[in-house]
Parts: sequence; C-alpha cells; structure tokens
Amino acid sequence: MAEFFTMLFDTNTPLGWFIVKTLIILAYVAVLLISLAFLLLADRKIWAAVQMRKGPNVVGAFGLLQSFADFLKFVFKEAVIPAGVDKPIYALAPVLTLLMAFITWAVIPVAPGWVITDLNLGVLYILAISSLGVYGVILGGWASNSKYAFLGAMRSTAQMISYEVTIGLVLITVLLLSGSLNLTVIVEAQTGGFWHWNGFALSPITLIMFPMMIVFFISALAETNRPPFDLPEAESELVAGYQVEYSSTFYLLFMIGEYLNIVMMCALITLLFLGGWHAPFDFAPFTWLPPVLWFAIKVCCVFFMFSMVKAIVPRYRYDQLMRLGWKIFLPMTLIAVALVGAWVTFVINGA
Amino acid sequence: MEIGTVLPAIAFYLFASTACICALMVVIARNPVRSVLFLIMTFFSAAALFVMLGAEFLALLLVIVYVGAVAVLFLFVVMMLDVDFVELKQGFAQYLPLGGLLAFVLTVELIVLGTTFRLPENFSAQVPIEQGVSNIEAFGLVLYTDFAFFFEAAGLILLVAMIGAIMLTLNKKKGVKRQNVSDQVARTPKDGLELIDVKPGEGLS
Repeated sequence: MAEFFTMLFDTNTPLGWFIVKTLIILAYVAVLLISLAFLLLADRKIWAAVQMRKGPNVVGAFGLLQSFADFLKFVFKEAVIPAGVDKPIYALAPVLTLLMAFITWAVIPVAPGWVITDLNLGVLYILAISSLGVYGVILGGWASNSKYAFLGAMRSTAQMISYEVTIGLVLITVLLLSGSLNLTVIVEAQTGGFWHWNGFALSPITLIMFPMMIVFFISALAETNRPPFDLPEAESELVAGYQVEYSSTFYLLFMIGEYLNIVMMCALITLLFLGGWHAPFDFAPFTWLPPVLWFAIKVCCVFFMFSMVKAIVPRYRYDQLMRLGWKIFLPMTLIAVALVGAWVTFVINGA
Repeated sequence: MEIGTVLPAIAFYLFASTACICALMVVIARNPVRSVLFLIMTFFSAAALFVMLGAEFLALLLVIVYVGAVAVLFLFVVMMLDVDFVELKQGFAQYLPLGGLLAFVLTVELIVLGTTFRLPENFSAQVPIEQGVSNIEAFGLVLYTDFAFFFEAAGLILLVAMIGAIMLTLNKKKGVKRQNVSDQVARTPKDGLELIDVKPGEGLS
C-alpha cells in the first residue's frame, strides 16, 4: 500500500507528476481565492477608514465573513441575460478573464522552489498572458449589445494596451539588471537585506530603479482598471462599463478576475523590486519568519498602497490618462532602459 | 510505444488540427467578430506548435504581438462594422468564381511544390546554436552581433513606417482647445484673478 502511494506522488512517472502538479495547482487556487476574500474585505475596510466610515462590519466578527456572504449572494442571484446578446461570447468573456487571471500565477514563485512552473521566459509569459487579458474585457463589452458596455470596453482596451507598453519597458530594466527572464533568478539576484533589492539598492542605479518602481506601480493601477484610472467603469458616465450587462455569477467571475489581476500586480512588484521572499534585514529575528510569509507581507503592503490610492486620488480624465501613458511614462521608461543598459554594460560588466 | 513519444504526438495532432479547423472557421464563420476570434485561436495553436518545436521565445512573441496587439486591432475594426447578414449572403454567388479560381490556383501550386520539392542529399537538421543556451540568449547572440546592421535597418524601416502613419492621421484642427499642463500648473491667482473695487451705485462697464 505504501508503495502504491509513493508511486502516486513520484514526480518521475507521468502519472505521479500529473497528480502532484494537479495538487499543487489546486493548493494555489484555494490559497489565492481565500486570501482574495480577505484582501477584498481589507480593500473595503481601508477605503471606509479613509472616509471615516466603519465599512462592512455585520457578517461575522468585524465583518470578516462579508466576502463569503457576497459570494453566496452573487451565486444565488438570477443570471439575467439581456436580449440581443451573442450568447456564447457573452458567456465566454468572464470565464476568459478569470482563466487569464489564474494562469498568470503559474510562473509566480512565492518562496524558494515554491512555483508551479519555473519557466525560463517567465516574464515574457506574464506579458503574453496579460496581453490576452484584454479579450475578456473587449468581448464582454461587445457581446453585451449595449452602448455603455461597448464604450467601456473600448476605453478599457485602449488603456490596457497603452500601459502594457510601459510595463514591458519597466520589466526590461529589471531584466537587464538581473540578466534573466526567470522570476526565480530575478529574486535570487536581490538576495539580502532591503539594500540589495532593485527598488532600494545601495547603488547609483537606484536613482533610476526607484522611479521605475513608481512608474510600474502607476501603470499597474491603469492596467488593472483601478482608481484613479477606473475610466472603463466610471459609474458616473458609463454605469459600470463593460460589466454593465452582467449579473450574478458572470459578474462574480469578472470581479474575481479583476481582483486576482490586482494581487498579481502586487506580487509582481514584490518580485521585481521588493526582493520577493527575502527578509528586509538578513539577520535574526527577521530571518525566523518563513520566506513565503515575507512574500505575503510584502504583497499585502503593496495591496495597501493600491487601496490607499483608490481612497485618496480623484479619477483622471481620459485625455490626461493617455497623456500620462504616452507622453510621460513612455519616454521616461525608454530613457531608463537605455541608461540601465549602459550601466550594465559599462559598470557591472566593465566592458 | 513509450508514453514519452506518444504524448508529444498527441499534443501535436491536437494543436495542428485545432489550427486547421480554426483557420477554416475564419473563412466559414458568418459573423466577422467570430472570424477574428477563430483567427486568434489559430494564432494561439500556432504558438503552441512553436513551443513543441522548442522555440518558446517565438511562441510567446507570436502571442504578444499577434494575439495581444494585431488581433485586438482587427477586433476593434470589425466590431465597428455595421454588418448586414442578408447582404453578406447575397455576395456569395458573385464572388464564388473569383474565389474558387484563387483557391484552385493555390491548391495546384501547393501540390506542385509538394511533389517536386526534395531535401538535398546531404541535408541534416541543423542546430545552429550550442545546446544549453536558452532561446532568448541564442537570439541575442546572433541578432546583436552578426546581424546587427540588418536588425538596425529593420528598426529604421519600422520607425519610418511609424512616422508615416502618424503623419497620415495627424491633423491639427483649428478651434480645438488643447490642454497645456505646465501652463495650468504655473498659473497663479495673479494671472487669473483681478480684484476690482466697485464703487456703490456705479457697477462695471
């Protein structure tokens, strides 16, 4: 019997490999969904605190179970499908959004060796998947057969494509510094206390990398349609943008996908600029905490910043958003790529 | 047969048949938006085939460039179309002879090529780069050394194309109020505000 079980979990056989990977993926999904429920609550609580409200506090102690109550509410509501929608595509859009949000996590390492696939081109994979994320939005907007949804989808797509360029260029600066597209290697290159991290390194290059971190953060806000760049959902003009015709579980899928993307961006900032799972000081008692916990703490800190921005920054106008993306961030990041490239060639490699 | 050799074969036929069927559906589908969606599926299957060949970098580039950017533009254009399905059907008989002719010529060409093409006698599948170097490094090693001039020339051509496209679409309209952010930020109460002491009973002229 024991032999049978060791065979089942032996990664050298195809069956064992399949079973082990499936279990790992299920664990990732479960942990992500449960932490998402509490991050959503945290988001609302922080938002409420800034506005001197109490926020959700009825379901469970301190409202801890609010997200689960919302989840059940969404699932049990009637799914209203408006007339004139393109049904297959209408149903495909939210599923696609959720799927893309989940499969990005395949290459995100949360601790040394804790990663589903340690892809050599991990960063490129993330870029590819995030460029696919546009489809959920654009298809949802089009298939809804509604003007508001379509306008929202157009805005959202234009915005996401614009800021993807910036994100790609910022990624290149990090890649140049660590010399690899593998996210694990990128984190390993930042081993040590916070003075080794890309965002705060004790070296002149930080004069470029610190602003790059800020640029990446702002672009991530735009990429995930978060306030102050939530124009696609601008409730005052477009009701809720591309989601306006969605209800019940479909809407829930969109919502989970959106928040998963936000957490993914937080994780990406952590990995690229904040040293991933490394403790901020590489001596006891800081090293007593397991690496995965440090990773989680950092992700939560970045998420806190996301929430604060939502609470305190007013919404941008559309032309301001485009101006920021194309006229400020794009030239800035292009120059930064050139400078970091020169730094790597002439100072680090000493050519 | 070993499972290690069967699995790639199954995967290949899966992706290849998906690509072929989706390519067919691009032409057959009534709704242009669905056509574009099938086109995207075709791109995606092609990318999967690239991965199976060990060209991960090309595969991801295909997804980023074609699926992520080009197809989105297609979709934009197609979604804006006001498609009348009855009218679409009517054109069928009119275009059938020309389309059929084109298909016939292409098929004949493919058959001729397939029957006459022979690999050279001493041909061997060449592996131009040493093993153990990842895709992207291998590209970089030749792209920025041996082919640096071609690479830069390609970049220049793209730059010219981009400037051309911008010049074509750029038209400065008159009477449009544009925002100048630095002007707005530099504005002080002194520039915009004038305090006038109005005498009682006189008003302003």
